[in-house]
Amino acid sequence: MRAVFRLLVARLFVSLLVLAGVSVLIFAIARVIPGDPARIALGPNATHEQVAALRGQLRLDESIWSQYAWFVNDLSRGELGQSLYTNRPVVKDIAQFLPATLELVIVAGILMICAGLPLGMLAAKYRGGVIDNVVRLLSLLGVSAPSFVWAVILMLLFAFYLPLFPIAGRIDTAFEVPGVTGFLLVDSLLDGQVAAFADALRHIALPALALALSGIGQAARLTRANMVETYDRPYVEMARSYGFPEWRIARSYAFKPSLIPSLTIIGLDFAAMLGNAFLVEAIFAWPGLSRYGVAVILRKDLNAIVGTVLIISAAFLIANLIVDLLIALINPRIRHSRDAS
Amino acid sequence: MKRVIHIVMSRPLSILGVGLIALVLFSALFADLIAPFPEHRGTVVDFSNFNQPPGWPNIMGTDLVGRDLFSRIIYAYRLSLILGAVVLALATPVGVAVGLAAGYLGGWARFLLMRTTDVFLSIPPLVLAMSIMGVLEPTLINGMIAVTAMWWPWYARLVYNITLAEREEGYVLAAEVIGASRTHIMFREILPNCFPAILTKMTLDLGFVILIASSLSFLGLGVQPPTPDLGSMVAEGARYLPDSWWLTVFPGLAILVAVFGFNLLGDTLRDILGSGQ
Repeated sequence: MRAVFRLLVARLFVSLLVLAGVSVLIFAIARVIPGDPARIALGPNATHEQVAALRGQLRLDESIWSQYAWFVNDLSRGELGQSLYTNRPVVKDIAQFLPATLELVIVAGILMICAGLPLGMLAAKYRGGVIDNVVRLLSLLGVSAPSFVWAVILMLLFAFYLPLFPIAGRIDTAFEVPGVTGFLLVDSLLDGQVAAFADALRHIALPALALALSGIGQAARLTRANMVETYDRPYVEMARSYGFPEWRIARSYAFKPSLIPSLTIIGLDFAAMLGNAFLVEAIFAWPGLSRYGVAVILRKDLNAIVGTVLIISAAFLIANLIVDLLIALINPRIRHSRDAS
Repeated sequence: MKRVIHIVMSRPLSILGVGLIALVLFSALFADLIAPFPEHRGTVVDFSNFNQPPGWPNIMGTDLVGRDLFSRIIYAYRLSLILGAVVLALATPVGVAVGLAAGYLGGWARFLLMRTTDVFLSIPPLVLAMSIMGVLEPTLINGMIAVTAMWWPWYARLVYNITLAEREEGYVLAAEVIGASRTHIMFREILPNCFPAILTKMTLDLGFVILIASSLSFLGLGVQPPTPDLGSMVAEGARYLPDSWWLTVFPGLAILVAVFGFNLLGDTLRDILGSGQ
């Protein structure tokens, strides 16, 4: 276990380094902005004095190095500055919109694992059969359309023609769920409102599926490819010759080693989903970061852009840390490696 | 060549891929001849004929100002393909050079180049392109810049991994022994061995660039109206669901067809270039 712990610390350190790099990059992008953000925020009717005052307040007249120093200084106190769009601290804005987006992405991630891995296992087990070909076609189709197209298709099919699911929003307005975690699925259960939980689940089903579709396909395809490879290994043959039951061979001998590359891809897909959530949210009017993110980008709201990208990247790095940890726990070569090595 | 034909013909999905891409390329190249209403790619307004469901002569219906959807989709294909080609022409050389240098030179070059690559890769692709687009004015050229900025790291990663393995091969050692320069070894010895992987990835990526570019314009951060673009057509039409379903479904399917085609083609290419020879 010590090896796993040390690996985790090392990865954490690298992640922080990368996050620092992200902050430099996104800061650099935000500062090469053409046009005056202060002027855009105040509108064409503001006087020169008002614009100059806001420029001073935003420290836009200082050198870029000193601007970055101020930014890091604010960041160390957990602040990301003021949004020009909402006139509120960026941290507050993000805290308000992020849970809805994270809830959507996490549910989509669970969907991806729970559908993608079993589908891949089945395809590998019945190689060349009907399931295998259907999985192959599905996985190719899944990655071939942006998630907003899947969102439109799913909405038309399962909300309009077959009115099984609601069209938009997170939950019916009739329910009042006290905000504890910001995740409605968790909050409703904490409050003991089963009906609200069911309603939130119905609302999240279609957006999460639209978001997960391409990931399901990729996870299934990769799992299949790796399992097919491990099925050909001598230790599987040995297990067969010992007369182990087929489900045990599938689970402990073929599935577990193929899980490692699949997990890596799932980590990468998580990143893609954090971005694609913007697309799905726009179709289903999901009250997440999407509308805020696009609005602040169109208004050249520097602080809010930098803050949003930084938070999303941090979420992605945390997800990858978790994936790394899972891989370390599964892989006996890491789990049992000597501390000396 | 015989082997190539055999691989393509032996699988229905490969035939489908070749067919779809031929269709997309053909319609983009000869858009002026195929589109029934070429002038509808601009700011034509025909209110007497607006928001018509699919029928004749508008086989995919008309949009909210009466323009023929089919014609606009064909012109959007042309634009998407140009965008994809330009992005890959810019991103691939940058990524390949970074990957080769990091993989072969090692040491500080590797640390600096690959950590920079990691930074780019740890911002979700769409979010990075979005924030770049936010800073720049939403035009076609800037859209290409934004997508290029998020695309090169993938090639750096790919070529870096191949270079690490190839560096230990006999032919590289032989070149080193006879005193070949580092540039010669990187670009004349190692690079040709990366070509199959790069070519396969470029084919697959042509589809994915179209996908990302349409996502950007879907969010209003890409090509601006009246230029026809598949992503902004879906965004515009989504407000009129479910009644005017053709406004979103046809542009959406158009994206699907193009990306699906390039995926199938890339898959086939991988089999041709990868296994066997």
